[in-house]
Amino acid sequence: MYAAIVFLPLLGFLVAGPFGWRIGARPSEIVTTSLSFVSAFLSWIVFIQVALGTAPATVSVIGTWFTSGALKVDWSLKIDTLTAVMLVVVGTVSSLVHLYSIGYMSDDPSRPRFFAYLSLFTFAMLMLVTADNLVQLFFGWEGVGLLSYLLIGFWYEKPSANAAAIKAFVVNRVGDFGFALGIFLVFTLTNSVGFDQIFVAAPGLAHKTIHVFGLDMDAMTITCLLLFMGAMGKSAQFLLHTWLPDAMEGPTPVSALIHAATMVTAGVFMVARLSPLFEQAPAALSFVTIIGATTAFFAATIALVQPDIKKVIAYSTCSQLGYMFVGLGVGGYPLGIFHLFTHAFFKALLFLSAGSVITAMHHEQDMRSMGGLWRRLPFTLAMMIVGSLALMGFPYTAGYYSKDAIIEAAYASDRMGAYYGYALTAAAAGLTAFYSWRVIFLTFFGTPRWELATRGHAAVGHEARGQEGHGLDPQESPLTMLIPLGALAVGALFAGAVFAHDFIGSGWEGFWKGALFLGADNHILEARENIPPFARHLPTLMMFFGSLAAVLLYLVAPSIPRRLAQIVRPLYELLLNKWYFDELYDVIFVRPAFWLGRLFWQGGDGAIIDRFGPDGVAAWVVDMTGRVVKLQSGYIYHYAFAMLVGLAAVITWYVAWGVR
Amino acid sequence: MTIPLAQFLIVAAILFTLGVAGVILNRKNIIVVLMSVELILLSVNLNLVAFSAFLGDLTGQIFALFILTVAAAEAAIGLAILVAYYRNRGSIAVDDINMMKG
Repeated sequence: MYAAIVFLPLLGFLVAGPFGWRIGARPSEIVTTSLSFVSAFLSWIVFIQVALGTAPATVSVIGTWFTSGALKVDWSLKIDTLTAVMLVVVGTVSSLVHLYSIGYMSDDPSRPRFFAYLSLFTFAMLMLVTADNLVQLFFGWEGVGLLSYLLIGFWYEKPSANAAAIKAFVVNRVGDFGFALGIFLVFTLTNSVGFDQIFVAAPGLAHKTIHVFGLDMDAMTITCLLLFMGAMGKSAQFLLHTWLPDAMEGPTPVSALIHAATMVTAGVFMVARLSPLFEQAPAALSFVTIIGATTAFFAATIALVQPDIKKVIAYSTCSQLGYMFVGLGVGGYPLGIFHLFTHAFFKALLFLSAGSVITAMHHEQDMRSMGGLWRRLPFTLAMMIVGSLALMGFPYTAGYYSKDAIIEAAYASDRMGAYYGYALTAAAAGLTAFYSWRVIFLTFFGTPRWELATRGHAAVGHEARGQEGHGLDPQESPLTMLIPLGALAVGALFAGAVFAHDFIGSGWEGFWKGALFLGADNHILEARENIPPFARHLPTLMMFFGSLAAVLLYLVAPSIPRRLAQIVRPLYELLLNKWYFDELYDVIFVRPAFWLGRLFWQGGDGAIIDRFGPDGVAAWVVDMTGRVVKLQSGYIYHYAFAMLVGLAAVITWYVAWGVR
Repeated sequence: MTIPLAQFLIVAAILFTLGVAGVILNRKNIIVVLMSVELILLSVNLNLVAFSAFLGDLTGQIFALFILTVAAAEAAIGLAILVAYYRNRGSIAVDDINMMKG
């Protein structure tokens, strides 16, 4: 059964990928979608058996991948509670996104390719979460990276989509470089890449040092920092976050599946999976907290002012991933995974709702030309509100349990950087409420700006899609798109209340069964329960203040935001331009890279190698043949003369020197 | 009176040189080339006959007769090619015959 969960999506890919053009779009959709639903159903069974029930955690080896000296790597499926949780998240969101895509992509000519990619992505992600060693984890890690690249650039006619895909790939390479180094270091230290062997060896390495660049450094800290660098890239954390907002160039279901619910959480999963290592490296954990908190706050500030509906949600994802890392960083691995679990539901819900709005608006994403859609899209509005409430942590929704728990844990923790984490995450909670309501108010309420904006836009947008321009008439989306919304809304509302006790409450030890390792003196889950009431209620208070501000600014007095932007113009510009990170990286990395590339291309390759190498030889040959050709005059007497001269020369030589 | 061998050889050498010069320097007419070739052959014949008489050996003279026969056949074939060429091209000027130009 475990193998079926992982390999059914691969089967779907093998049907829809190579043969999709032959069997047609509709059969491809049906095959991939039904296979992923079967996979999701089996995932829930595994979740009930392994996580909620008492079935033992197992490792089933499928086969040997390669053996090289002491390095032995197997293909294997490790099923424990952590994997079961991830299986449920990946399977559920993936199958719902498959279903949703049938409606969303209905006018796209290359649907088989899209569904093949989706299924292959699901397979790679499942390989990642079921890995029993770092190398298979890395295989899945790179697999999802590749599929992310392919799906961001799915509309490859769009230059911006290609640029975004390349950016995502390159930024991830930076993180993966650190991740690969981390794997090498783990192998050097423990002589193994298998999780079980590493975890057994980890406590013995606690205070070991290694000699790097003339310095003696704590081995576990270095290892964990390098591994976390990979997580930063994949999970779009501060400094390596720039690719995630650009990735919104991809189709919206892709954003929901890859860039909200599953792939970007791979970093969180990896840190949680390696908790026995991180538990030995407190300094690295503090770094995780600080990076996570910074991301949570800074992404939330950017989300405040973005005009593009998907960009807001993308930065929100970034911010929530920051929360997860804060949860991990203070030692509360179950907290991070629990937030991952609930976040998958409500963020996928938000993205798919946004996709519903975007479909209704004929692929317009700018909220400034929306507004007043509540009458046209009542169901989407309801779903959006559910998702937003869960995101901002409205009492008794999913986010209320998972997000507030992280903030409380940050308060309760006495690790370095925890107070920084508490302050920034609590502040970000207010910002989260504000930007969530801002999206809803701008999109669904106020004056319907699309009636005016439609003229100019429709001409551009529709010609590109091969339709004739007509007046915009937003309609509710088809049923295949609304059913996934409803299913995810159930998760967004109740996943927190139902599972909080098991994931992070008093039942956590019986639930995780050692899948996550908390050190002997790590009592963060208990300490979280015993914090002062003020600290406990602060996130909720912040949420109400944020909501109140949004109501004031966007419902009661819609003219204030523009005036406010005028008053604090530099701040507004800073946020609108995403803290100028793209510009900064352009100056620091991109332009020097281009300059260096041009130097080597034109200076090294062109001016030296080509000039004296192939080009030089070819030019010399052409030059010489040009000269030799002139000898071929075609006149017999020239040839006769040449023969005579030759003959005379031979005879002369023979007469003068030849005869001795 | 007897003519010494050296004078025969000198005449033959002059004839040979004239023939070669005719082949190389001639720009006008392909018939002149043929005639020059005949001249070269004649100079060779003269050498053979002269040596034959000088050495008192008949072989050289028989050889000269063979060469005359072959030269006659060669002249006939050469002229026939020339006629065929003229019918094709309408010209037998040496400067026009450069189809081998690279």
